[in-house]
Amino acid sequence: MHIGKRMFIKGGLAFAALVALPRALLAAVWPEKAFNVTTASEAMNELLGSDQTVHSDEISLKAPEIAENGAVVPVKIKTTLKNVQSISIVVEKNPRPLAATVEILPGTLPEFSSRIKMRETSDVTVVVKTDSGLFSTSKEIKVTIGGCGG
Amino acid sequence: MASTIKVKAKVSGGVADVKSLMLHPMETGARVDAETEAVVPMHFITQLTFTNNDKVVMVANFSTAVSRDPYFSFKFSNASVGDTLKVAWVDNNGGTDEIESVLE
Repeated sequence: MHIGKRMFIKGGLAFAALVALPRALLAAVWPEKAFNVTTASEAMNELLGSDQTVHSDEISLKAPEIAENGAVVPVKIKTTLKNVQSISIVVEKNPRPLAATVEILPGTLPEFSSRIKMRETSDVTVVVKTDSGLFSTSKEIKVTIGGCGG
Repeated sequence: MASTIKVKAKVSGGVADVKSLMLHPMETGARVDAETEAVVPMHFITQLTFTNNDKVVMVANFSTAVSRDPYFSFKFSNASVGDTLKVAWVDNNGGTDEIESVLE
């Protein structure tokens, strides 16, 4: 089909407008693909465009060393890194490793607490995306009773 | 119906400390019902959004790996006592709920 020059320009403008949408609006899309893949590396590639991160001591992950009940593992995440855009939790050995990803909007502090499920003992990685790249910290959490059937 | 959301937000020095709890089964799709022996389908909150006086302050995207009856807490700045904080969730079946609360 022939697309007229005017139509083409219109399309281009619409695309430019879409790209210029504030991040807060774009953030409202649930990243389905990243949540459905089965390896940590695929999840990070889908969500963040790379699975390569720089280890940072400026990220803290507070969680029990041994979680008796894998269905309820409390996690508290905080970072002193600047210009944070998102924080994600990746549970390496879960059937679908990406557990949650949180958008840090302007004015919001780069920290949150929640409770997650773990199928078995696993490394849990917190990935922080800032305007200068991807940073992470990992911690092994031992699970006594797995929490994916519950 | 009573709200599925409980939220408490306290302001100190312009920073709001928000604590929230949602009632939701967060089914993984792997659980087998003990009585019927049927697999319980996936049913989970996908997105939780907090809006303070019309400004979105938090978008949290969840998988089935967030625990049943999700707990979520975070902080945001530029908050004042009396601000209206809206908490809303959507789940994978199109279910939704929301509540408005006033910052203390």
